[in-house]
Amino acid sequence: MFDVIFEMMSYTFLVRAVIVGLLVSLCASLLGVSLVLKRYSMIGDGLSHVGFGALAIATALNVAPLTVSIPVVVAAAFLLLRLSENSKIKGDAAIALISTSSLALGVIFISVTTGMNTDVCNYMFGSILAMSHADVRLSIVLSILVLILFILFYHKIFAVTFDETFSRAVGTKAGIYNMLLAILTAITIVLGMRMMGAMLISALIIFPALTAMRLCKRFQTVVIFSAVSSVLCFLVGIFLSYWYSLPTGASVVTVNLVALLLCSLIGVVKGGLQKR
Amino acid sequence: MALITCREAALGYDTGIVASGLNFAVESGDYLCVVGENGSGKSTLIKGLLRLKMPVSGEILMGDGLKANEIGYLPQQSAAQKDFPAGVLEVVLSGRQSKRGGRPFYSKKDREIAMENMEKLGIGHLKNHCYRELSGGQQQRALLARALCATEKLLLLDEPVAGLDPLATRELYDLIQMLNREQKLTIIMVSHDIRSAVEYADHILHLGNQQLFFGTPKDYLQTDLAKRFLGGAQDV
Repeated sequence: MFDVIFEMMSYTFLVRAVIVGLLVSLCASLLGVSLVLKRYSMIGDGLSHVGFGALAIATALNVAPLTVSIPVVVAAAFLLLRLSENSKIKGDAAIALISTSSLALGVIFISVTTGMNTDVCNYMFGSILAMSHADVRLSIVLSILVLILFILFYHKIFAVTFDETFSRAVGTKAGIYNMLLAILTAITIVLGMRMMGAMLISALIIFPALTAMRLCKRFQTVVIFSAVSSVLCFLVGIFLSYWYSLPTGASVVTVNLVALLLCSLIGVVKGGLQKR
Repeated sequence: MALITCREAALGYDTGIVASGLNFAVESGDYLCVVGENGSGKSTLIKGLLRLKMPVSGEILMGDGLKANEIGYLPQQSAAQKDFPAGVLEVVLSGRQSKRGGRPFYSKKDREIAMENMEKLGIGHLKNHCYRELSGGQQQRALLARALCATEKLLLLDEPVAGLDPLATRELYDLIQMLNREQKLTIIMVSHDIRSAVEYADHILHLGNQQLFFGTPKDYLQTDLAKRFLGGAQDV
């Protein structure tokens, strides 16, 4: 097994993918805890579809994909949050509306310019070869920024997630922290999207948090467990994908699913024993 | 000057005025109960007192050096909180969030204050427990401890006994009375439980989309309003 890992590390494109993947999994799992608890899981899904549209248009226009997608998706995050907070169209419907529209626009753009080809498939389900040197550098910088901001605002994020009413009452600007959460999520999604695929990236946000919640009872332990589980699942997933020549994104998500099922089982058994 | 003074204040939303003609004052050390039926403007009044909503007309003034972010607020529990993975200490500490200013983490002093308030309410031994696994009464005490972390002057409680069993209800009322008498905290409580309101509070404010009564429980019991309200409760 170790020689396989050494073999993997001899490919520079794989090393790049592992570095970016690890950072993105870490960011996604941290943000995911708050998003899942705030009932914002769907926002992650919606944003990835917007990301697909932005990516498609950027490629068709032949401009750097990340630098175009990030502002577009951040703007969409802004909009989605606004819509889910105060609007006549209810939050989940608004998200479905925006995500399918951007998907449709993206597909039309691709078919008119370059034609439906393997690019589309790569956007949808991810490609390990997607990251260029410049992308890797940008990804590393941005994900470290996401991590630092998350740690600095960890306590505020907890407070606002647990009880927004109370936070507002004692003068915390809850809206700003919701916005921060949405923007960090948007950045994380765009960074991870091309490797994991637009259809699959939101799994990185939702799965680790849910896995951790099967077993942990405090916010801090949920956050730590979620991060560890996400990183481990990513490593196992990318290893299996290399070993059996499977698509990377799908392998990582499947490993996450297995982890979730395992932890649910452990949780149920543990709960059963405690009751006895 | 009184801690809180309402002068001809009216509160409302885009759709119309919900509570009007508010004229009352809360002095330091008072125990005020706000009663009234559903939709009588109680929740809106709370938002007004917390400065989350500005009065449409009139004014709500704060005195005695009270700042808006120094009100210890005990909100009603949301459904999401019931299965939220949080430790009791984590919840109580979050009451200090406005005192931290720019610092990203809680200091030792914040932790000491949190522990002190938990001991005061008899939940010190539960600090490492999971919030969602506590009983209803213990959850309310944890949230009360959090509110205490945010204030030294005024507690604002929104239906604190909703959903509690009779024993837990009595215990919580006794705790609140203790905080009022021994800690000299001013209490403003919104409640459906008009009998306990009359028993514990020293002022009653009755709302019905406008101010119907403000005064002592003794005077309140003489009014037709109280007779109807208490009588109605008896029939049920």
